[in-house]
Amino acid sequence: MIFTIAGKELKALFASPLAWVVLTFMQIVLAFGFLKRLDDFMQIQPQLIQVPNPPGITELVVGPVYATTAVVLLFAVPLLAMRLIAEERRNQTMVLLVSAPLSMTEIVLGKFIGLMGLLLLVVGITTLMPLSLLLGGRLDFGLLASLIIGVALLAACFAAVALYASCLTEHPFAAAMIAFGLLLGMLLAGETAADGLRGRGWPVPAALAQVLSPLKNFETFAKGVLDSYSIACMLLLIATFLILAIRRLDAVRLRG
Amino acid sequence: MTDKSTEITVSAQGLSRKFGGHTAVSGINLELKRGEILGFLGPNGAGKTTTMQMLTGNLAASSGAISICGIDLFERPTAAKARIGYLPEHPPLYRELTVREYVDLAARLHRVAKSARSAAVGNALARCGLGDVAQKLIGTLSKGYQQRVGIAQAVVHHPDVVILDEPTVGLDPNQIREIRNLIRELGANYSVILSTHILPEVETVCDRVQILHHGATVFSDTIAGLKQFHGGRMVLVGLKRPPAVGEIAAISGIASVEPDGGNLYRVSFADNADPTENLVRRAVEKSWGLYQLSPAQSSLEDVFVQLTRKEETSP
Repeated sequence: MIFTIAGKELKALFASPLAWVVLTFMQIVLAFGFLKRLDDFMQIQPQLIQVPNPPGITELVVGPVYATTAVVLLFAVPLLAMRLIAEERRNQTMVLLVSAPLSMTEIVLGKFIGLMGLLLLVVGITTLMPLSLLLGGRLDFGLLASLIIGVALLAACFAAVALYASCLTEHPFAAAMIAFGLLLGMLLAGETAADGLRGRGWPVPAALAQVLSPLKNFETFAKGVLDSYSIACMLLLIATFLILAIRRLDAVRLRG
Repeated sequence: MTDKSTEITVSAQGLSRKFGGHTAVSGINLELKRGEILGFLGPNGAGKTTTMQMLTGNLAASSGAISICGIDLFERPTAAKARIGYLPEHPPLYRELTVREYVDLAARLHRVAKSARSAAVGNALARCGLGDVAQKLIGTLSKGYQQRVGIAQAVVHHPDVVILDEPTVGLDPNQIREIRNLIRELGANYSVILSTHILPEVETVCDRVQILHHGATVFSDTIAGLKQFHGGRMVLVGLKRPPAVGEIAAISGIASVEPDGGNLYRVSFADNADPTENLVRRAVEKSWGLYQLSPAQSSLEDVFVQLTRKEETSP
């Protein structure tokens, strides 16, 4: 049942021009960055050979591609997610889902999984770029896997926050702005607060602040480390915002 | 096996809903048997839509209980909702889907088994007269067809109860007649609750009527009872050479006569009497020039006036 809603969302995303526009510009930005990095790498390659234990192409070219993906997702996810709930409520089509024998949890999870389907496709297409390097070289598959897992989790964090924002208003664009503001605020606050609190010797608030900073958690993946602490922080963030979204929709039913 | 005709499909007791300090609906009771069509009648803002939203689980009730085929809506919402089909005031249509895709989606959402889905969708489309437009995008259809798609969505999973909120609003007379016929067909198999603010609509379609006013039930009876109440005992008489009002009123069986502008008179009958024959004979004898004799159509307003007046005069 969750997948029925997910399938419907995925279809609706591709039926609107927005998804195609966002995907196109993402690819242009990422491809440009990728080629620039590759060009730089070709130039410094002769010098790298002289260094003992030099960094490889995966570290120097592929890593930054995913770092750029992370930043682009920060802008793209609020736009892709904005209509999930807000537009259904504005067009009064939410009634179809609420009247059907579904729980709010199923509705929210269905929407989340539908959006994740698109975002995983984005990650998949992005991954084709590093894979193209296999034509002329070798990759560090361990690091690549860590990057893919990290960016997928990061996308899920953004998606959960943006889905919650879409529950807050009936205007899709307002939802996108709320999502973007929330994400940006969380990143900035989490970034500085986590270190500051840890410096003062308050580990628990520091840990909570780190939960709110998915981009900081992504950094460990970018180093090729699958840190269970970072994974837990991200999963906690996803669960929190999905539960908030469910509660928010239940409140709409209660308050009218 | 339970007796189909007396099986109660919807039962609501003491249903109330407050929005902040404002009470939209207070203490509504209703009961519906299988195969019955109940009309919800009332002016805009009487609480019809709010009541329907509560019956379909779109809005939580402030107090009261609802059970659908014996299943408590608040305790087991998904099981109860599976037995309801709901067409809200604005049909919840996805304009970017084709009619068939949309009705198929509605069937999936209502957990129609995969093996039965294709047949159920085809059946709903045929029933609502959508066979020809099944491959068209919903956004390109006329309002009448969109309304039918909305109804198809509400009946595709063979619910026990179909709830339709103002299904004929904004349609042209032909479309209204088609939709009414469709609703009557539905009534043969399902329990139907229908809301409207048009009195004749209830009279032509429904078996029973419940009139709401300011969120409370002011009248609940069969259609025969409603006709008895508001117009069955009144005729409109047109006379070219009218006598004094008292002379008409003197005919036995006539309770009162009110001038209705021009040479028209509203003649109310006394209880259990039908003085029409006497009236016609007298008009011919005295050469009053009778040119019109028709049952007086009372509007919803008249019914309300009568209802409220009745409440005031009764001790």
